[in-house]
Amino acid sequence: MNIIVCMKQVPDTEAQIRVKPDGSGIVDGDIKFVMNPYDEYGVEEALLLKEKFGGTVTIVCLGPERAVEAIRTGLAMGADKAVHLDDPAFEGGDAFSTAKALAAAIKGMECDLIFCGKQAIDDDLAQVGSALAEMLGIPQVVVVTKVEVSEDTKKANVNRQIIGGEEIIEVPLPAVLTAQKGLNEPRYASLPGIMKAKKKEVKSVKVADLGLDSSAVGAAGAKTKIIKMYSPPQREAGKIIEGETAEETAPKLAKLLREEAKAI
Amino acid sequence: MAKGIWVFAEHSDGSVRKVTFEILSEARKIADKIGEELCAVIAGNQVEALAEKCAPYGADKVYVVENEALSQYTTEGYAKALTDLVKEHQPSILLGGATVTGKDLFPRVAARLETGLAVDCTDIGLDDSNQFFVKRPMYAGKAYAEVGFSDATPKMASIRPNVLIPSEPDESRKAEVIKVATEISAGDIKAKVVEVVKTAGEQVDLTEAEVIVAGGRGMKGPENFKIIEELAEVLDATVGASRAAVDAGWKLQSDQVGQTGKVVSPNLYIACGISGAIQHFAGMGTSKCIVAINKDPEAVIFGKCDYGICDDLLKVIPKLTEEIKKLKAE
Repeated sequence: MNIIVCMKQVPDTEAQIRVKPDGSGIVDGDIKFVMNPYDEYGVEEALLLKEKFGGTVTIVCLGPERAVEAIRTGLAMGADKAVHLDDPAFEGGDAFSTAKALAAAIKGMECDLIFCGKQAIDDDLAQVGSALAEMLGIPQVVVVTKVEVSEDTKKANVNRQIIGGEEIIEVPLPAVLTAQKGLNEPRYASLPGIMKAKKKEVKSVKVADLGLDSSAVGAAGAKTKIIKMYSPPQREAGKIIEGETAEETAPKLAKLLREEAKAI
Repeated sequence: MAKGIWVFAEHSDGSVRKVTFEILSEARKIADKIGEELCAVIAGNQVEALAEKCAPYGADKVYVVENEALSQYTTEGYAKALTDLVKEHQPSILLGGATVTGKDLFPRVAARLETGLAVDCTDIGLDDSNQFFVKRPMYAGKAYAEVGFSDATPKMASIRPNVLIPSEPDESRKAEVIKVATEISAGDIKAKVVEVVKTAGEQVDLTEAEVIVAGGRGMKGPENFKIIEELAEVLDATVGASRAAVDAGWKLQSDQVGQTGKVVSPNLYIACGISGAIQHFAGMGTSKCIVAINKDPEAVIFGKCDYGICDDLLKVIPKLTEEIKKLKAE
């Protein structure tokens, strides 16, 4: 199977996010960037399928120069090669213009299955996978927790989280699947893996290589635009209920929840 | 020119879901300001009876799209039904819930209509020149953004459940109900649901729960979640868990609240044995009232909660359950 994993580099979940005073973006100087955690599940699942069926795993990543680090992490985990959409024209896009660029890059590639993370944990758009599937004219299953590909690799049974449980969807391949936590336990890159990754191909792709006009991608091609960013209102410390024992504190809390907070 | 504000109405088990009423109520205000109609769209099989439920919350019209192929939700079936209708009537704005269905359907529809979509919004409104814009969290709520749209229509937004406040229903309001035929052939639906596996009981889903009682590392083990479940029962609450509790195998991943779990926004969130890491707050920081029960006086959650008890949760929780039971019986 030839599998593509779409991957993004994002701030680590531990990162403190500070909005620039003018609201134009975040202060990213001291942020540690990592592979989007949901994309890691996609890489791992692709590698598991490659181990079973053979074939290749290709990472496709849209992002600035620094994103190469995350690409190398994926290659060190075991992906075979990568395509890096690293033209400044791709930057500042929304889900639509990002998916447009990814779709153009993927169209010419041999591909039986595409993984994306269910969302990137920076802009939390959670729609690039679906938009990509639409642009490629193939089905999608989002928020998946289990993938079973048929022996002939023509279809897959996929578990997807729904309210109160999961549904199992039979989907013909190729399709786009977006990975949810629980799909697998991503492996760590081994030392030999890291050494090998240095020699693997990372192909740099510019707008012109895709036959697209720069007005169709990035900020220019976006259908939504961030007007300004701001910090969420900080919650203030509340009342610590005083008392030595639960017999004292619990009734006080119950009363406050009813009479002051009107929450029960 | 595109005209009309549309709300994709969700329903389950024969009733319209609350998130739809929340959105209709807020969309009504926008419709009044810009002088456009407010329409709901209900899709499914034999759902016409639900149409009138949308009127008291402000819908002027309800489009009812019925087809046997829509009796179960599928991305392709619903995306076709909705995009066909949108193309025919050209609304200016299309809204829906950021629910399990909305998160699947809206991105597909937006891409097909080549328009902009803002997901998981916490507010919607008009700017000074009556242009539609939304507010939405990014970085799991560590930052927020005001988002505007290009000229492409409809401008699409999905809205987080439990955030907008439904208006008092006006039962005297009536809506025009318009039945719409949709042509969906078997070939249109390639990804088919072959089985549904229930893992949760009758609890309301975390993302839509009004009250949540959640446990973390401080619960010490899965056996202690029993006291959380008892408290949840008297509060009619849904049980959640922190990442630590899920990673320890005490609770299912679908119970996880936080940046890599579910984002919730209940009226009341009771955090038991949860330290309040930034990733956890990202998932529940918009809760209206936060209660922390934790033995560690240094736990950061005490700096960000409305009420806190610094004590052994194994003693506090059962006592709290008992007290609330008493209050509720009064």
